[in-house]
Amino acid sequence: MSNGHGNYAAPDNETRHARFPLPSPLPQAGEGDKGLLRKFHVKHSWGLLLAGLGGSLFLYLPLVIVVVYSFNDSNIAAQWVGFTWRWYDVLLHDAEMIQAAYNSLLIALVASAVATVLGTLAGMAMYRYKLRLLPFLVVAPLAIPEILTGVSLLVFFVLLNMTLGLISIMLAHISFCISFVAIVVRSRLAGMDESLVEAARDLGATPWQSFRLITLPLIVPGVLAGALLAFTMSIDDFVITFFTAGVESTTLPLKIYTMIKIAVTPEVNAISTILMLITLLLVTIASKLAPNAMRGG
Amino acid sequence: MALLEIQNVTRRFGNFEAVHDVGLEVEAGEFFTLLGPSGCGKTTLLRMIAGFDAPDAGRIFLNGQDLVATPPEKRPLHTIFQNYALFPHLTVADNIAFPMRMAKLGERAIAEKVKQILDEVRLSEMGGRYPADLSGGQKQRVAIARALVDRPHLLLLDEPLAALDLKLREQMQIELINLQREVGITFIYVTHDQGEALALSHRIAVMDAGKVMQVGRPEDIYEFPANRFVADFIGVCNLLEASVTAAEPDALTLDIPPLGKVGAYSPQSLPVGRHGVLALRPEKVRIDSQIVAAPQENHFSGTVRALIYMGDITMYHVEITCDGASGLTIKALLPNSQARGASFFEVGDRVEIAWRYDAGRFVYE
Ligand SMILES: Nc1ncnc2c1ncn2[C@@H]1O[C@H](COP(=O)(O)OP(=O)(O)OP(=O)(O)O)[C@@H](O)[C@H]1O
Ligand SMILES: [Mg+2]
Repeated sequence: MSNGHGNYAAPDNETRHARFPLPSPLPQAGEGDKGLLRKFHVKHSWGLLLAGLGGSLFLYLPLVIVVVYSFNDSNIAAQWVGFTWRWYDVLLHDAEMIQAAYNSLLIALVASAVATVLGTLAGMAMYRYKLRLLPFLVVAPLAIPEILTGVSLLVFFVLLNMTLGLISIMLAHISFCISFVAIVVRSRLAGMDESLVEAARDLGATPWQSFRLITLPLIVPGVLAGALLAFTMSIDDFVITFFTAGVESTTLPLKIYTMIKIAVTPEVNAISTILMLITLLLVTIASKLAPNAMRGG
Repeated sequence: MALLEIQNVTRRFGNFEAVHDVGLEVEAGEFFTLLGPSGCGKTTLLRMIAGFDAPDAGRIFLNGQDLVATPPEKRPLHTIFQNYALFPHLTVADNIAFPMRMAKLGERAIAEKVKQILDEVRLSEMGGRYPADLSGGQKQRVAIARALVDRPHLLLLDEPLAALDLKLREQMQIELINLQREVGITFIYVTHDQGEALALSHRIAVMDAGKVMQVGRPEDIYEFPANRFVADFIGVCNLLEASVTAAEPDALTLDIPPLGKVGAYSPQSLPVGRHGVLALRPEKVRIDSQIVAAPQENHFSGTVRALIYMGDITMYHVEITCDGASGLTIKALLPNSQARGASFFEVGDRVEIAWRYDAGRFVYE
């Protein structure tokens, strides 16, 4: 033994190291990462930015033109003459247009309300029972080409001997809106802590109470976001509506299409602008309510 | 009659048995701990007691009543979840009021009880806050308040301190002990931290791979491990492969291969030839540069191969090198109790070690 007990000073660092020789030289942590980061920065800067700008321009420039020309004081859309509210005034006094707007709103309200209830249930079922087939069935309508959906619904309604009109459009819209609601609600549920429901049960809540008092309040933002999305999808829909509409049940998108067949008038620009604003507003609210679901979740 | 009786409970997930034929009895007023490594089935067992999961076989009785058909909301017990599971959209006061609202108490009585328990857990000012605005320790106390406010018969706690830092954890341990003593409610506490289990519990059930390996008071489990797993899992232990060469009343002679004959002690009489391990705690092994062996002591000399300085104590790994025998390493522990800093044996020093016959525990499967 090298040191007697008792008179021994606190061990100095060298002796400590001698007892525990460190494996020499330690690999420098983070060096690899830094290199990667640098490369990323170079790539990140110009190319991506330009591509992003170009893409946005391509997407939004036509929309900007529509908005700008809706204020053009000229009967033909080709040339800028001066500013006017005239076309919005024309819209307000166009009885057919008003009827179409009314149809669109009614359909969107009913379809989104029904789809919200059914879609919420579907979303909860998708979350609760981790089945393979159910999510597929619920999400598939989003992937199927709209024209196919439209044609098949038309055939279906004809087979049922149904008169085409507001009801058939509503049914069609409900069928595709359910998917949107279900997806948003499920992603909201997935973000919810499962032990909360168990905690509620543990503290004396029945299954129904724990749903009403805990689950529901926590998924409400998701349900609302789903409802708004459904509303927008319904009010904007053209293809499916085209196949399932009757003579007396023109909606705004159908009306716009009919008008365009004659000429792109500033009035079309005006109604398009309004439709665009509504859509933009609703989607913005929805994305605030359910940020995760909207980010491609 | 015990408060909680678990009889032959088994739970399978597919072919895998997460809990295997577990039998336990927990007395009223006990602080009872389920201790075991990760994945040994502690949470699964707790969930069956709470009613979130049902056993595939066996029965669970609370106050003599079979629980298996009772839904969680009807069981007179509460769970404290590892992440506290506070309802994020309710204030602290509404969280605590939740169980009483479910029991349809009057709002007046509820408000009074909420205020009282908030005082007790020193959160009087926090009633209007939301859980997101609380610190980890405060959330913990809200969860405890919510679970205790309607005086359940039994409280289940699943690693409630695991998410807290060391200082706060030690403080909460003391609070939990005091709380349990004051309210007198039976606790079943789950942890994989053996230090926590020893410090808190009246009794501990050590689990491994879905089975209960030993049930006993902390000191029994530590001093008299029933098998190799418990000896190894609780604290640090020398496990020396041994077989019985002679067994007289109380006295046992073991053969431990490189060492030869070693004196030991056993309360039971064992057949000669029985194989097992001698479980020997490092703090029961004397170490010094020279030892005069006392009667009833095993005595060996060896060489220090490693030492681990842990602040309060130093653990020495001593390789026995006597009579040409070598290869067996025994851990011995010295407290660093000198007033002016630690004094060490160095790696390579010759030392002597000794332990009493009854210091070790011979365990066999
Ligand atoms: N629902 C389940 N389905 C399948 N296997 C499960 C399920 N729940 C638990 N298990 C398995 O059962 C075993 C025991 O799990 P359990 O959660 O009870 O362990 P634990 O002792 O609580 O561990 P930890 O200390 O990590 O919390 C694990 O191997 C786990 O993978
Ligand atoms: Mg667990």
